[in-house]
Amino acid sequence: MDARNGDLRIGVYVCHCGTNIAATVDVKAVAEYAAALPGVVVSREYKYMCSDPGQELIRQDIVELKLNRIVVASCSPLLHEETFRGAVAKGGLNPFCFQMVNIREHDSWVHQDRQRATEKAIALVRAAIRRVALHKPLEKKRVPIHPDVLIVGGGIAGIHAALTLANAGKHVYLVEREPTIGGNMAKFDKTFPTLDCAACILTPKMTAVKKHPNITLWTLSEVTEVQGYVGNFEIAVTRKPRYINEDLCVGCLECIEACVYKQAKVPDEFNLGLGKRRPIYISFPQAVPQIPVIDPETCIDFKTGRCKKTCIEACGDRHAVDLKQQPKQETIKVGAIILATGYQTFDARKVPDYGYGVYPNVYTAPEVERLINASGPTGGEVILRDGRKPQSIGIIHCVGSRDENTNKWCSRVCCMYSLKLAHLLKERTGAEVYNFYIDMRAAGKAYEEFYHKLLEEGVHMIRGRVAEVTDWAVTPEEEGKLVMRAEDTLISFVRRVPVDMVVLSVGLVPHEDAKDVRRLFNISCSSEGWFLERHPKLAPVNTFTDGIFIAGACQAPKDIPDAVGQAGSAAAEAMVLIDTGYVEMEPNTAYILEEECSGCKTCIPLCPYSAITFLADKKIAHINEVLCKGCGTCVAACPSGSIKQNLFEDEEIFEEIRGVLANA
Amino acid sequence: MSNPESLVAIQNSFEPKIVAFFCNWCTYLAADLAGTSRIKYAPNIRVIRTMCSGRVDPQFVLEAFARGADGVLIGGCHPGDCHYQEGNYKTLRRVRMLRRVLREMGIEDERFRLEWISASEAERLKVAVNDMVEKIRALGPLRLEIKAEHFPEEVAA
Amino acid sequence: MKRYLYYPGCSLRGTGKAYEESLLAVFKALDVELEELEDWNCCGATAYMAIDEMNAFALAGRNLALAEKKKLDLLAPCSACYLVLNKAQRYIKEYPKVAKLLDHGFKAAGLTYTGTTKVRHPLDILINDIGLDEIKARVKRPLAGLKVAPYYGCQIVRPYATFDLTYYPVSMDKLLRAVGAEIVDYPLKTRCCGGSQKGTLPEVGLSLIHILLKEAGRRGAQVVSTICPLCQFNLDAFQDEAGKKYGEVSRPVVYFTQLLGLAFGFSAKELGLERNIVSAKRVLVKFEPVAA
Repeated sequence: MDARNGDLRIGVYVCHCGTNIAATVDVKAVAEYAAALPGVVVSREYKYMCSDPGQELIRQDIVELKLNRIVVASCSPLLHEETFRGAVAKGGLNPFCFQMVNIREHDSWVHQDRQRATEKAIALVRAAIRRVALHKPLEKKRVPIHPDVLIVGGGIAGIHAALTLANAGKHVYLVEREPTIGGNMAKFDKTFPTLDCAACILTPKMTAVKKHPNITLWTLSEVTEVQGYVGNFEIAVTRKPRYINEDLCVGCLECIEACVYKQAKVPDEFNLGLGKRRPIYISFPQAVPQIPVIDPETCIDFKTGRCKKTCIEACGDRHAVDLKQQPKQETIKVGAIILATGYQTFDARKVPDYGYGVYPNVYTAPEVERLINASGPTGGEVILRDGRKPQSIGIIHCVGSRDENTNKWCSRVCCMYSLKLAHLLKERTGAEVYNFYIDMRAAGKAYEEFYHKLLEEGVHMIRGRVAEVTDWAVTPEEEGKLVMRAEDTLISFVRRVPVDMVVLSVGLVPHEDAKDVRRLFNISCSSEGWFLERHPKLAPVNTFTDGIFIAGACQAPKDIPDAVGQAGSAAAEAMVLIDTGYVEMEPNTAYILEEECSGCKTCIPLCPYSAITFLADKKIAHINEVLCKGCGTCVAACPSGSIKQNLFEDEEIFEEIRGVLANA
Repeated sequence: MSNPESLVAIQNSFEPKIVAFFCNWCTYLAADLAGTSRIKYAPNIRVIRTMCSGRVDPQFVLEAFARGADGVLIGGCHPGDCHYQEGNYKTLRRVRMLRRVLREMGIEDERFRLEWISASEAERLKVAVNDMVEKIRALGPLRLEIKAEHFPEEVAA
Repeated sequence: MKRYLYYPGCSLRGTGKAYEESLLAVFKALDVELEELEDWNCCGATAYMAIDEMNAFALAGRNLALAEKKKLDLLAPCSACYLVLNKAQRYIKEYPKVAKLLDHGFKAAGLTYTGTTKVRHPLDILINDIGLDEIKARVKRPLAGLKVAPYYGCQIVRPYATFDLTYYPVSMDKLLRAVGAEIVDYPLKTRCCGGSQKGTLPEVGLSLIHILLKEAGRRGAQVVSTICPLCQFNLDAFQDEAGKKYGEVSRPVVYFTQLLGLAFGFSAKELGLERNIVSAKRVLVKFEPVAA
């Protein structure tokens, strides 16, 4: 035992966590074992250590028994390390004279053999007792926080978070990679279950973003570099050229009309290829910003350099059209980041049985949203790709959801949007509409009621997963139709339903490049690819990286009300951080024992943060404590052992190793 | 080895002791997730948390073997995913070097393992741990020819 | 030279004789040596599998055990054989009970089986072991302009899709394209040919046969290419009857190996094309080599 701690007085607390730990680990045996170890003054077991009485127990013991080291064996330190450090501090002891042992997540929850789980708990507790003996008092460093916030993604979640923060007086950078904000919601026709028009409720918020003095809106822009840490991020944003000067353009859109392409010929992204646009265009009438964009891939001038440039002519002396515009780099400092990058829809071609991409009259739900939208490619009239109007329509739920072969998760919104589309399609076309569903999931305010309304409207509901959509007929009625084959599980009968139009209710999936975004911001993803929240229940908008929050469907599929709710929550969390004004850094930085450093420079190239410099005068290395993030790589590499790391000292870890291996 | 049946009996009752060094951001979280998901795996590992797998000093590994570990597992973030940008690459480099040293000492490759396990890969953690336990169980307890108690100190010197 | 053990099964020695003739010709042209599995027995399909799985596994298992001694992959061209051998293989591996029971049987017959025999399909070998480039290089008479409906039947990708996609297999499409044929879009490629229904529920069998042939025609196929003796037999032998009942659907139904063989320069006789009930002569005559 360390000489510095001659008068070692350790308190050990083993938590039952109700039955979570006690059912698998013999808590009493662990506490009794610990009591006999050198330096241990008191060893207790308690039902819930994290509860107020549990914490009070620690405080009281510190005071009454003059304890100077505390070990708590309970859950993961990621959950309650701060709680217990607080309790230790309340007892008047330095909070770092404490070590936590994870006997729940790492033991009782993952093992079944009581004896061996108990042995494991004993080994871990023994290691912690030996380790904590070497702990020394440490202080957390306070670093001031930059008050600005970066929001990535200008869909409904990003917009809502931006407005919330801006209204509270924070400055927000809203970065969106498309030419307009609005995201997926801007493409919807109506929203369930109230059937209010998506544009009518969204566009006022979009305009408010543009007008707000506290919001800097950058469209056609992407974050390309993230440096720094909570409170002090340095962000590089690349702004792609729009070829229209945003400051000079007044949004008259005359340049679009003036384009040498008299007819729109390019498939229109906003309408998912169902309509056409010109090389100079605006995504949709209410786009924000109200500024056209030129697509260099299709603009004649970019391709041949020999265009009459009628757009420039039309713009006249405003000179807003700038074909020479170059990408621009912006560097900003922010204290907090909210990621609201949303989702994409499942690629229906991955389920070849449904014939998307093969049969022209098979549509995805997002395509139908555009098809029935008054500002869509057909002016809201449901005209199929072959020019017909459908008299019968089949809607297939759960395409790319709840499916072992594609995605196992429920996408949560498809039941409701399928019902909405059924209602709208029936209303617009008078067609017979068939909904093929697995289970009807209508959990939400007024959702079940909406389902009942649809039943009364006479939409057919068939409980069964469609096996295939084909174009081959068995009976004369099926000739020329798409035939949907499914087992109606309520009557145990295989049905063949011939229809004119098939709608695939595609599920929500993470963006193709979500993994790149995750890497850029140094956060985690679930195995499905959704951004991982810090805790599924209690920290749903936090990530494991402090200062970075998530909102909307980038975290998991969710509908508009949930996305907005989460966005508000993320904004509030960011505000808490900023209004606190400072952040406390974990004191786990590395430091150099100057008299032992030989100046070999091994450590210098290892540091990813350039925190280590070589002091030419003293011929030794020096660590800048502010830049050090505490990874410990240099500590492990130092050949002379002259780099140390607070909280993770070599000796502490050696004691832990010896502790877990020492035989009882 | 004259009596193979008794050897089998030893191997069946033998429970390997494995010291695991898990980085705070990926593999430690994966182990937490295994807990919250109630995924069951062999109770043979003893986890020691470090902020980054790059903190794992080769001496830690030698110390573990010297003190009676039958295996050492290092868990870090996938390449490109390191919370500290590139600490895991340093780990990889060290592991390769260290493996050579361990071979010289007669410690089989199966006893020393590096795994990239991200925060969401609880299942992968389970598979890696169970697999390692079984492989070491098949090898039997680590019996170092030279008493390696003072190995780390010698290496450090 | 590549070598495989060859398991003909009953069909290739009976109604599917043409499959064997064309298959052997094609593999010979590709310098692949096939050694017939000595003392093979019934694969265990049809009645055995339906009535008592263990009996079927025992039969299949004996073939697998015989093959294991030779340390070669086992080529099973008939879809039913391919499926049953594969299924037995899986069950032996995944269900210790099955393995234990079969062990008794093996011992009684003086055999052992450790589970290493690989069961392969000709499509798998042609695509993955030999490769499309090699096949292209052997083409003497490209099947240019021949429109083919590729029909796989149910058994080779369901439930074990080992070398192709369950939903939409494409290996035969690739092979036939490699020898110059044109593949029509045929979404019915893994649908039921009727199996044995023609015998038990003739109406069901005939209607299935009719749909398959009608749709092949509607999509412009001049010929239907099969990989399974039972599919070929159903579509070939009963198309006249199906046509009379539901409407004319005359179309030759050949083995994919017969088409490959034509492209490699073999004669109709060498490939057993004369054995087909619905003559393929009118469609394929222009690809047949002039008699020397």
